[in-house]
Amino acid sequence: MKEIIIPSGASKGLFILGPILAIAPALAAWAVIPFTEKWVLADINAGLLYVMAITSMGVYGVIVAGWASNSKYAFLGAMRSAAQIVSYEIAMGFALVGVLMAAQSLNLVDIVEGQAGGFWHWYFLPLFPLFLVYLISGVAETNRAPFDVAEGESEIVAGFHVEYSGMAFAVFFLAEYANMILIAALTTLMFLGGWLSPFPFLARIPLVGWLLQDGFIWWAAKVAFVLFLFLWFRATFPRYRYDQIMRLGWKVFIPITIVWIVVVGGMMQTPFKHWFH
Amino acid sequence: MTFDQFIFYFFSAILLFAGLRVITARNPVHAALYLVLAFFTAAGLWMTLEAEFLAITLVLVYVGAVMVLFLFVVMMLDINLDKLKEGFWDYLPLALPVAILLMLEMAVVLGGRFFGLDKYSAPVAKAADYSNTKELGRLLYTEYVYAFELAAVILLVAIVAAIALTMRKRKDTKYIDPAQQVAVKRADRVRLVKMPAEQGSGIRDQESGGSAK
Repeated sequence: MKEIIIPSGASKGLFILGPILAIAPALAAWAVIPFTEKWVLADINAGLLYVMAITSMGVYGVIVAGWASNSKYAFLGAMRSAAQIVSYEIAMGFALVGVLMAAQSLNLVDIVEGQAGGFWHWYFLPLFPLFLVYLISGVAETNRAPFDVAEGESEIVAGFHVEYSGMAFAVFFLAEYANMILIAALTTLMFLGGWLSPFPFLARIPLVGWLLQDGFIWWAAKVAFVLFLFLWFRATFPRYRYDQIMRLGWKVFIPITIVWIVVVGGMMQTPFKHWFH
Repeated sequence: MTFDQFIFYFFSAILLFAGLRVITARNPVHAALYLVLAFFTAAGLWMTLEAEFLAITLVLVYVGAVMVLFLFVVMMLDINLDKLKEGFWDYLPLALPVAILLMLEMAVVLGGRFFGLDKYSAPVAKAADYSNTKELGRLLYTEYVYAFELAAVILLVAIVAAIALTMRKRKDTKYIDPAQQVAVKRADRVRLVKMPAEQGSGIRDQESGGSAK
């Protein structure tokens, strides 16, 4: 169906607003994402906070769409999505607290610069539990398989976008993929050293050295790798049961992140503090 | 009018409109969404004050979490607005003087001799490298650390109390412990049985049954 059909019982204004609310935050967050140390649109001090605030608004697209459709399947999908995203946002926020403790800055460029000097300086090693929590929460936050119960085809047809057709439906999908790329870029910046080369000595190789030095090419390669993980998870794992999703978020991830934040804070007072930042 | 002023009046107009719609919208979900708009616009106004931490936290906490849960509840309730508005005219004679009194008090304080806007000079613009977040963190964890920790403990007590008051164990839920589920071995669930092949007697029985009729 190429035509946008608005169901007769739908709340018309909100029905149109749903896809817009889904895609706008996904695109707005890119304002502060650095591609290299110079190549960034808005190099602001509170970059990390801005990203967290803007991405937390993405859930409104799903909720508004689900409610405005005036359909039980859509509504169930919206309810599931709201509960899931709010739960995983806490674990995600705590994981980022670990990063900002290690980097001692909220500026995304500074966070990457703090990881300079080879892949053994990247934050995914000292913050390994937080890295795993962030990556998995990112999958849950974007409603990707195995956490895609918001659209669970086998139970609630297509969840929140069951009543959508045409370009409005396409915008939901574009938003999902835009969010995926955004989460991949954030994982790269926070834990995988952004545009930094994993082996700094590669830059000294004659002829190809300029290509292998720190730069956009490494950023793109790392983002592509994280995106590959997203697709890999989707192809490998069966869908989670809903109560187990909630258990994983609240009873496993949040305690892990809290414990590791205390560990990082404690280690920073010891002679081993150079391991953590 | 400078660009800053334009932004201020533009955001203020949206904020007032959104606030008005929160109390006049007929549909509670629409009202809640207008409240989201009001919060977001207020965050924009704070941003022009160079209070970026407060602005972003307002969006992060109120728009990103509190209002999502609020909408969650409002969407599931069947609210009958006509029933809620039944007593409107009965309470109006009492409510109107209270509202007018409140307005007067605010006018006295804000427009008065000691607190008027003309009594305070505009805040000095900070240097570009001034970090609002860092300054706030430094103050909270040094000068006001006791008050801050107390507030945190009170919040924690409230969380624990809310869970303790509403928690009830249902006996009829079929809860499965995931640890047990993971620990299951193949031998616990599958039993391979070896049995000799049988003679196909079933078909002959049917035939004989058919011929007996």
